[in-house]
Amino acid sequence: MDFGPYLMLATLEGTVTAAVLALTASGLALVFGVMRVVNVAHGEFFMLGAVLAWWVTHIVGGSAAIGFVAALIVVPILVGVLAAVTDMTILKRIDYDPERTIVATIGILYILQQVTLMTYGPDARPVTPPFNTRIALPWFEFVNGEPGIYWPWGLSITSYKLAVIGAASVVLMGLWLLMTRSKLGLLMRATEQDRDMALAFGIPVERIYAVVFGLGAAMAALAAVLIVPIQQAHYLMGADPLLLSFIVVIIGGLGSLPGTVLAALLIGLSDGIISVFFSPTLAKILATLVVAMVLVFRPQGLFGAKRT
Amino acid sequence: MTKFKTVPVTGAQPTRRDALKTLALGGGAAAALPLWARYAGAQTSEPIKVGFQVHRTGIGAAYGRWYDRTTSAAAALINEQGGINGRPLEIVSEDDGTDPKRGAEVVEKFATQHNCDIGFGTLFSHVVIGSAPRAGELKLPYFVVSEGHHVASGMLNRYTLQPGITDVKSQVQAMAPFVADNLGKKITMIFPDFAFGHDHRDYFTAAIEAQGGEVLEHIAIPPTETSFTKYFPKIPRDTEVIYHVMVGPAVLTFVKELGEFFGPQRPEMFGFIDSLEAVDLGSPGLEFLDGTYFWEGNPRYAQDNQSEYDAFFRERVGVDANGASVSDPKDASTYAHMFGCWETLHVVKAGMESAGYQGPKDRAALIEAVEAMTDMPHSNAHPQGAKIFNGKTHQVFGHQYVTKVVDGKLLLVHTTSIEDTYYPDEVDYTTQAL
Amino acid sequence: MSGDMRKSLLLHGGVLVALFTLQFVLPAYHHGNLARIMVLASYAAGFNLLFGYTGLLSLGHALFFAAGLYGMGLAMSQFGAGTGLALGVGVFLGALIGGLVAVLALRTEEVAFMIVTLMFAQAGYLTILYFGAYTRGDEGFVIAQADRVFLGRDLSNPQSRYFFAFAIFCVSFVMCLSVVKSRFGKVLVAIRENEERARMLGYDVAKYKFAAIVLSATLSALSGAAYGLLFGYVGASFASVQYSIFPLLWVLLGGAGTVLGPLVGTAFMFYLIDLSSGVTTAYMLIAGVVLVVLTLFAPQGLLGEMRRRFWKWLP
Repeated sequence: MDFGPYLMLATLEGTVTAAVLALTASGLALVFGVMRVVNVAHGEFFMLGAVLAWWVTHIVGGSAAIGFVAALIVVPILVGVLAAVTDMTILKRIDYDPERTIVATIGILYILQQVTLMTYGPDARPVTPPFNTRIALPWFEFVNGEPGIYWPWGLSITSYKLAVIGAASVVLMGLWLLMTRSKLGLLMRATEQDRDMALAFGIPVERIYAVVFGLGAAMAALAAVLIVPIQQAHYLMGADPLLLSFIVVIIGGLGSLPGTVLAALLIGLSDGIISVFFSPTLAKILATLVVAMVLVFRPQGLFGAKRT
Repeated sequence: MTKFKTVPVTGAQPTRRDALKTLALGGGAAAALPLWARYAGAQTSEPIKVGFQVHRTGIGAAYGRWYDRTTSAAAALINEQGGINGRPLEIVSEDDGTDPKRGAEVVEKFATQHNCDIGFGTLFSHVVIGSAPRAGELKLPYFVVSEGHHVASGMLNRYTLQPGITDVKSQVQAMAPFVADNLGKKITMIFPDFAFGHDHRDYFTAAIEAQGGEVLEHIAIPPTETSFTKYFPKIPRDTEVIYHVMVGPAVLTFVKELGEFFGPQRPEMFGFIDSLEAVDLGSPGLEFLDGTYFWEGNPRYAQDNQSEYDAFFRERVGVDANGASVSDPKDASTYAHMFGCWETLHVVKAGMESAGYQGPKDRAALIEAVEAMTDMPHSNAHPQGAKIFNGKTHQVFGHQYVTKVVDGKLLLVHTTSIEDTYYPDEVDYTTQAL
Repeated sequence: MSGDMRKSLLLHGGVLVALFTLQFVLPAYHHGNLARIMVLASYAAGFNLLFGYTGLLSLGHALFFAAGLYGMGLAMSQFGAGTGLALGVGVFLGALIGGLVAVLALRTEEVAFMIVTLMFAQAGYLTILYFGAYTRGDEGFVIAQADRVFLGRDLSNPQSRYFFAFAIFCVSFVMCLSVVKSRFGKVLVAIRENEERARMLGYDVAKYKFAAIVLSATLSALSGAAYGLLFGYVGASFASVQYSIFPLLWVLLGGAGTVLGPLVGTAFMFYLIDLSSGVTTAYMLIAGVVLVVLTLFAPQGLLGEMRRRFWKWLP
């Protein structure tokens, strides 16, 4: 494939990755920002979202679109409630101690994985996309100095992938409005800035924590419902989104929502675009090192303010 | 020697359960006899313990489940027929988490805690290679069902054998003549960037060049990858055949995105069924595969000229004519690989019987007995087809199948000869001490 | 204080004597397991130096373990090095990579430090796959029995294996004890407790952290090289994220910032998996539940809890 069309294809694919990553990571950023704990089980909430999406579409049956819409609504709620319950029964009792939270969430990770393996099984199962048309894309070229359009071989995207980008943008916009314009958002931000002060002002911090933890998991689940018609639901699929979300959250500057989205774009696109120039595994190594170096030379993240 | 006619109450419970299952199935008259009576001819009715290293968790779990089912079915059959040397067979399963470290620990557990007679059943190459040194040190005969080239390459040891499934080197090179003669000579290979993929790359590239073809591009995909489209533009425009092989949970995404990338103008495609093992061919997005070709270790769909042995095997394992579980038609089996468990257990039985195997002290004799084997005729014990065992390299050789997707089913279009799969020996294990 | 010193000496000396004696009484299976646990506990001890005493949480220690493993293995398979030399190459490679990582990663702190170490380890893992021609990628390779002879003893023999594992463990154990008792160790703890204050007192914090990372990486590499030598296998799974998480888990379970914690945590986790897998195939579920329960009821790990309740003097 020519260089131009290839770059465009890699950019499009990178954007799809970035969209899903931004959703997943913003859930993690929310939890990290407000509660200051690292949730190692975040990837498993993502996995649970994908697996439950398969269950829901399977139970609803009928046309692919109806099942998918049902999953889109039901699954994030289920996962969110489960996470909130986890928060109230476990994390609250260890007082959100950073180290203990890591061990506890590793425990939760094992539990969720194993229960999924025992009930859902080891297979990777597909969910039918509600719509999926292959859209061939044109490219420009100059023939005898005249600009013209042609259709490069392989340059295409599917309508569903475009929809994922759109849906992720809408949801992220909604999350941003929630955080900045609603009363709940105000309470969350107050808790984030100073927990003790928030308590003193009578904000029910414990309940806010449960809501935040649930909301964070629901974001991961929603991202998974969106991706599962492209990838498949599998009980080990949580590891990758967890690692990438972590990286995105740190690069984005710890808990800043716009920073997280920008970092997701950076990582999604660099992953796609670096793969144009190098052999695949080398590209992965380079992409990893580039991001690590960004952190090394800008430890506060690309978009975070320098803390003293 | 005075110990006889004792019913193994605790040790052989799985066997009893299997026997009951046989009764329920309405098996032969032998099965109607009480257990002790059937094994009464033996000097001891202690079971022969087979340590089954199974991928229950981890990346290999989808394969492990079917390896488990096939192994149980084979053990039940062998027990119905009177066991081995008149002793019942007991399968002792341990999960290795598809991890080489745990794999080695499990082998130790078989040898030193469960007192198993042999170890058996490992699939993933890294688990085999991580475990085999321990099996060799503990002098535990270790029968792997992995299709890796690790055994025949000479990397392992005299106690490790692969008598029930052919290795990737012979599979891959036997495909080259078919691809060159029928599909095209300009090939692009897409494979996972780890050892299994590198074997495909090296052996197929050499074999296709011997056929006058060439590989235009090698595209190695990092194993952690979950989206693939971004790599496909590296496929040269003048490619006539795409050769693809992928493993792991992302295989369906890989094949789907390959289809979406090409749209209506796809080149010929030849894939290893590993790309779709345990995946239902009716899954959404796979329609474009119609008219493409696959290597299969054993054809997943029952063919028109299906052998009676294949029919018997399917029935006993519980697989329908479409290669899925009889209880769930969406539950696709790992049909191209799992026969290896069945055949390996039958080789173990034959080996133990010819060695007059009594207990762990005869392990060396068992190795020698299996090394002495050559012809394995097409039969209920070898439902995939006839095989020739090479005692020096500890590796079996057999027929390979090429199928074509027609109306969502895989139809057999070519069967290689066993000779097509030969290559010069790379090791002689029989020179190593036992 | 001298009474505490004596108690500590008795306890830790007693543990070493017990480990030495156990080889004569343990049945074969547990004999092999303990050899394994001692090597892995050395890895955990290396991790503990950094995490438990200095307060630096690395999520990329598999890089150092794998550096030892592959440094040793490749020195043998590619350059035909003898056992002793190969072992040295592995340890040196670990120290070298530790130094490199330290220089870069120490520009960051806290969560960014976790992520940077994690990403270096991920790049290391992919590098092993990328050079599959030499490493055989994920499959790995076998160290031939003939190459596993050290000081005239065949390491594939159970007795020599146990003894070698015991020696490695002694090295790391004694090193940790002496570090903890030394001025150097006290400065590390001071950095963990209050980095700013340590700096104000005139300590070159960066230099101490650098030394802690290199020391920790060296111990991890020693453990990795020994593991490959004793069990005859070198493979990429040991470089994966999972093997960076394991030492954290072992140390937290046993008790971060205790010398005995890594051994206790490693042994506990090993037998938790081993025993529960005998009872049910859902052993990871049991492991998960136990982890959650431990964080609820023994938040400082098993030995941390002992120290809190009974043994105030535990180092």
